[in-house]
Amino acid sequence: ETDIDDRYGDLDSRTDSDIPEIPPSSDRTPEILKKALSGLSSRWKNWWIRGILTLTMISLFFLIIYMGSFMLMLLVLGIQVKCFHEIITIGYRVYRSYDLPWFRTLSWYFLLCVNYFFYGETVADYFATFVQREEQLQFLIRYHRFISFALYLAGFCMFVLSLVKKHYRLQFYMFAWTHVTLLITVTQSHLVIQNLFEGMIWFLVPISSVICNDITAYLFGFFFGRTPLIKLSPKKTWEGFIGGFFSTVVFGFIAAYMLSKYQYFVCPVEYRSDVNSFVTECEPSELFQLQSYSLPPFLKAVLRRETVSLYPFQIHSIALSTFASLIGPFGGFFASGFKRAFKIKDFANTIPGHGGIMDRFDCQYLMATFVHVYITSFIRGPNPSKVLQQLLVLQPEQQLNIYKTLKTHLIEKGILQPTLKV
Amino acid sequence: ESTRARTELPAPAAVLLAGSDVVPGSPSMTELRQRAVREPDAPPEDKESESEVKVDGETASDSESRAEAVPLSTSADDTPEVLNRALSNLSSRWKNWWVRGILTLAMIAFFFIIIYLGPMVLMIIVMCVQIKCFHEIITIGYNVYHSYDLPWFRTLSWYFLLCVNYFFYGETVTDYFFTLVQREEPLRILSKYHRFISFTLYLIGFCMFVLSLVKKHYRLQFYMFGWTHVTLLIVVTQSHLVIHNLFEGMIWFIVPISCVICNDIMAYMFGFFFGRTPLIKLSPKKTWEGFIGGFFATVVFGLLLSYVMSGYRCFVCPVEYNNDTNSFTVDCEPSDLFRLQEYNIPEVIQSVIGLTTVWMYPFQIHSIALSTFASLIGPFGGFFASGFKRAFKIKDFANTIPGHGGIMDRFDCQYLMATFVNVYIASFIRGPNPSKLIQQFLTLRPDQQLHIFNTLRSHLADKGLLTATAEDE
Repeated sequence: ETDIDDRYGDLDSRTDSDIPEIPPSSDRTPEILKKALSGLSSRWKNWWIRGILTLTMISLFFLIIYMGSFMLMLLVLGIQVKCFHEIITIGYRVYRSYDLPWFRTLSWYFLLCVNYFFYGETVADYFATFVQREEQLQFLIRYHRFISFALYLAGFCMFVLSLVKKHYRLQFYMFAWTHVTLLITVTQSHLVIQNLFEGMIWFLVPISSVICNDITAYLFGFFFGRTPLIKLSPKKTWEGFIGGFFSTVVFGFIAAYMLSKYQYFVCPVEYRSDVNSFVTECEPSELFQLQSYSLPPFLKAVLRRETVSLYPFQIHSIALSTFASLIGPFGGFFASGFKRAFKIKDFANTIPGHGGIMDRFDCQYLMATFVHVYITSFIRGPNPSKVLQQLLVLQPEQQLNIYKTLKTHLIEKGILQPTLKV
Repeated sequence: ESTRARTELPAPAAVLLAGSDVVPGSPSMTELRQRAVREPDAPPEDKESESEVKVDGETASDSESRAEAVPLSTSADDTPEVLNRALSNLSSRWKNWWVRGILTLAMIAFFFIIIYLGPMVLMIIVMCVQIKCFHEIITIGYNVYHSYDLPWFRTLSWYFLLCVNYFFYGETVTDYFFTLVQREEPLRILSKYHRFISFTLYLIGFCMFVLSLVKKHYRLQFYMFGWTHVTLLIVVTQSHLVIHNLFEGMIWFIVPISCVICNDIMAYMFGFFFGRTPLIKLSPKKTWEGFIGGFFATVVFGLLLSYVMSGYRCFVCPVEYNNDTNSFTVDCEPSDLFRLQEYNIPEVIQSVIGLTTVWMYPFQIHSIALSTFASLIGPFGGFFASGFKRAFKIKDFANTIPGHGGIMDRFDCQYLMATFVNVYIASFIRGPNPSKLIQQFLTLRPDQQLHIFNTLRSHLADKGLLTATAEDE
């Protein structure tokens, strides 16, 4: 009696050549586009489709920004779920695991658990005032880790109980595949949302820098490209890489300048319980206030000015754009290597001419983590709402002790007036 | 070489090269039989795939060995000579039992010695166990994928282990050694930019991985990358949760681990003497009698052990780093959890024992929760490891401990336990760490500090805790 594991299990140690080519799905280009472009040759037709879809996506992006942070959050969540779906589908195809018992259910269940855990940690911080009012939510918040862990354990035990004799290895592979996918997509999406709550500019500038780098590197490569960059992606060239780098830095600089003026982009997102919605209103921090910088001598001669007024954030934007152009592409190379390893042309066929959602977002991954680490290291310390939430959970005596310590500290620093009474 | 390539050509590829459709879903029995027929003499259809197969012949697995289910690790007998001679007279079944027994006692004695030596040594031991577990699982991955020849892989795996450990240890050290860190200038900078430094180190590894992708080995390299990361996720996070539990008080480290060990031994004993109904197909040796007997025995053991340990400060106090003596101290006023309290016995047991009240430590109630988890859910970690071993056709993770297998074999039930204890402590025992909160508060901006201060004040005023004297201080 043949062990199915043996048959499929051979797949993982074999060469790359035996993985079947996943046949391309049907062409999803809408009929309208097809009719309008039927006259052109196929090369230009492809270029036009890509161009139109690019403009569509960018417009959609602007529209959602206009609609506010909550819609952005939902958009990020939607993209995360779609990316997860795409990667899991590839895993299913590679291992032909459609008939494995429980697997679809378990993968989606784990996605739900991990999202519940992260949203509980993140959202609870920002909704602290809202949450304090409701009793049931208080219970959920206080024991949040325990509840998340219990939910995850239930999934884990279901996995162990679902192990079927001939499919062990496939099941373990899919289990690991699911977890690595969760690690990549869910953590990144939550870092994106945390960046968003810091201020929409921390969400917009990095993402636009990556998109700009994609587009300008492509254009530079198209017009000037000669020396190939890396074997993994034969279409990338050094000219495109360097040209993209400089354009992205300039673009980031200008975008930062334009966005820093508006409170809507610059202020941390807060949830106001009185109006029951998100508001972005504040006194812009020093980072977003124009300051005079003296130019180094060689620039003085060129621009014939002594000083220039810049937002300090623009200096940071240089760091962000540099990362987006130099390291961001490695995320793209990783995805290219992945596609070659599993012999797929695109992750999916969601967007005509572009491939799947993952194809668009592969460079964004490292960016989101970088921005988050950058913010926590250089911009601000720990999250103030989180500190407050933890304070409110302590025992009353501990709270009193902390209150006294803080009061002394604040008075010392002159932030609090000693004569202030309740 | 070409004949070898031909016999090694995998069956599914033969089907596909012949042009049949790729249909997702498991193949029918007829298809399987067809593949079995085609395998021995399927000619390669095009030159290129054949040459690729040839080149990769060194790294491809042996289908023959897989089909015959030869265990991946050839186990050399590690039993020391001394034991071998002493037990040479007994029959092999009893000899195995004696070897296991002696090693069990040796490990338990070793455990006691380490506890005696203190928290620092315990931390080092935990780290060593973690590194060994990582090494064992990665070695299995290498064996499965025959990846020894892949460039950079050993280096990259160990590099990632170093990065993740650096990140976690840095976070732990920053929390617990706050004053020490603030004093030393280089440590202060390292701690302030800790996340950035860790992320940079990880990124370097990631970029090295991308640059090391070699044309014919993409999939193997991605598999090993995924394997490394899942292993890190399991092994390293668990070991750091163990260390966090340890710092909470050594009793939170000792009681859970002892409960899992006790459950292992008791379930085995009960199964040995009374075992009849099998528990789960994955582990045919486990029985329901062993499971239930082990559960009750472990709960009783946990109650007794926590009673004995709660009396001693060195087990009960959080581990703190004393700046003056530059060492770890466990000296404190024991919290309410470790002070004897009187509990009323429910009437049911009153008649049995003849006492109306009993003196217990509140911690003993918690120990019931811990032992219950250790007996009911802990074994799932063991089933997971059994399934893993069956999936990859290995008998043991390694051969480090004679009679027992590898370090992972001993620690497979401990994984879920460490996470559970950590979550339990965070949820039910203590809230956030007040000194850490003050430390975080001090790094905020002044306007944020003021905002938090005012919110806290109104909160305390609402609760009526703010008296006039408190305000005047």
